[in-house]
Amino acid sequence: MISRFRIGPAVALAFLLLGAAFVLLPFFWMLSLSIKPAAEIFAPGIDLFPSRIEWRNYAKAFAEVPLHRFLLNGVVVCAGILVFQIIIAVPCSYALAHRQFGLRWVIFGLVLAGLLVPYHVTAIPVFLGFAEIGLLDTYPALIIPFIASVFGIFLFRQFFATVPAEIIDAARIDGLSETAIVWRIAFPNAWPAVSAFAIFSVVAHWNDLFWPLIAISDPNLATPPRGILFFRDEEAGSDFGPLMAAATVVTAPLVIAFLAAQRKFVQGITMSGLKG
Amino acid sequence: MSSGRIELKDVYRRYGATTALNGISLRIAEGSFTTLLGPSGCGKSTTLRIIAGLEPQSAGQVLIDGRDVAGLRAAERNVAMVFQSYALYPHMTVRQNINLPLAMRNMNVWQRLPLMDRLLASARDLAAAHRTKVREIASLLDIETLLDRKPSQLSGGQKQRAAVARALVRDPVAFLLDEPLSNLDVKLRLQMRGELVDLHQRTGRTFVYVTHDQAEAMSMSDQIAVMMDGSIVQSGTPRAIYERPATREIAAFVGDHPLNLVEVPARSRELPEPFTSFAFDTRLTNDTVVIGLRPEVLVPADDGLLAGRVARIEYLGSEAVATVVLAGDRTIRAVLPTHSVLRQPGDEIRFNFDSDHAHLFDGSTGARLKARLVPRSPLRATATGPVS
Repeated sequence: MISRFRIGPAVALAFLLLGAAFVLLPFFWMLSLSIKPAAEIFAPGIDLFPSRIEWRNYAKAFAEVPLHRFLLNGVVVCAGILVFQIIIAVPCSYALAHRQFGLRWVIFGLVLAGLLVPYHVTAIPVFLGFAEIGLLDTYPALIIPFIASVFGIFLFRQFFATVPAEIIDAARIDGLSETAIVWRIAFPNAWPAVSAFAIFSVVAHWNDLFWPLIAISDPNLATPPRGILFFRDEEAGSDFGPLMAAATVVTAPLVIAFLAAQRKFVQGITMSGLKG
Repeated sequence: MSSGRIELKDVYRRYGATTALNGISLRIAEGSFTTLLGPSGCGKSTTLRIIAGLEPQSAGQVLIDGRDVAGLRAAERNVAMVFQSYALYPHMTVRQNINLPLAMRNMNVWQRLPLMDRLLASARDLAAAHRTKVREIASLLDIETLLDRKPSQLSGGQKQRAAVARALVRDPVAFLLDEPLSNLDVKLRLQMRGELVDLHQRTGRTFVYVTHDQAEAMSMSDQIAVMMDGSIVQSGTPRAIYERPATREIAAFVGDHPLNLVEVPARSRELPEPFTSFAFDTRLTNDTVVIGLRPEVLVPADDGLLAGRVARIEYLGSEAVATVVLAGDRTIRAVLPTHSVLRQPGDEIRFNFDSDHAHLFDGSTGARLKARLVPRSPLRATATGPVS
């Protein structure tokens, strides 16, 4: 019996380590390539570690394409999307959770149905519409299609449903308007859901390649993944060292942000009942 | 200056096919302590929410100080409410909780912005006045030391005080309290009961109190409105309701001890066992009559007219509750004083009671009858006085 207690966790740990290694291998390979000298990259055989660290790959990455510009674009687009998503989703989900109106359940049903539609489906109509009004190749083109997030509305609605109705009533008695209740009472209490949603949103749109590929052709507006494509298309060609260095730079902010906010993230997911 | 007179005129509330309130009419005098008492689901909380303006009535009028408040939002009616769950804002300190209604009432949008109390002279003056007011209220309720805590760091009683402070701070015309004590433990509930009564006397405001606890209603109120199934079945002083309950249900609902109800045929003035020593003072047309006797009005007496045998004794310290089997195999409960000899199961026992304390109800409708139960022979001459 005693041995079972010892072996059980050991086996679990071994499996977890194996799984983690499997998942992390591409990232590790990326990191490794980004600091390898060019000659070693194409050497036959697989060397996990470079013989010496080649920092010039990073210098080259920043020099050959405006990587800093891509990063800035990523920040502008992700922040723009997130801010508008919250401004729209929070009042909507408050209304769905705490206001009585005729078509409430129909609208909530539509929100749930909206969760099932991948945004690629609407990409072409949106593209054509933007082309018509001359919005392509602008920041708004990258931001506007995503500002009404059904996922955000759903997540916040589930969270607000747990806020007791008595607190909302107390706020009404205390003289808060419905708008004031949304921003002064409901929103500050929803920070776990907000931070979870923020991570989902930023990760999705930072990494998104599909829409920027369609909506943007100006390199100055490229988001990081789109920018890396420019990188490969142009002079660097098959220069994998700087390419991997650029990929590392693009991935790093998300990894760092996740590690910093990991606890809140998990808390937000569990509190809004979005486990598994 | 508004005074807090509230009047409900034939108020209905329907949710689809179900009727939650079935024509409520009630006058609540200025400065009174009125309790809506009733079992859960009787519509008392709905009534309170309609007075507060949190819910619209389907028909009827709500008048506050003679003015129809239909269409006025909760805050515009200037009533304050204390909720069962206290409903403090969890992300704010107690100070911010108490301050919020003041800021919402007295400051405009710009003045309420953060840091404006540093930048804007008008906001600074208001904020200073509010700070003083919050401190005053906090000291009134003895929560000055808790002002910088969050609600999650407070005990139930402290949360209750903070919620009352928040209601009190903006000087409303009426306080609406929705079962405010039911989340507290028994000892604290008794203490808060007293404090609320003190508060009512000190502020002189109208209090409308909702509870299902008849002891709370009896001990605190000037006026009780007993509600059942969406209607007010009786309203009056606690004493009137206790002494002259309008129906059998009300009689059974109020009082610390469960009411004894004995059903007897009523076709003649003579009564069967165990009431053979009594008679109705008038001839009744009902088929059956239910005699309601409170356990506490039965006085043990050697020459008592109601005879029985003790089946069980529950000793409670200050009193003992005896379960007594009367002649005719009717079982009743009686409250016995414990300062005299304590009865034992099997003992013979006889009771007397003041015939004013025997309530008679119609056997089928449960409505109170004007007839009285009077001792039969020796006292007949005096007991059959004029009956209204």
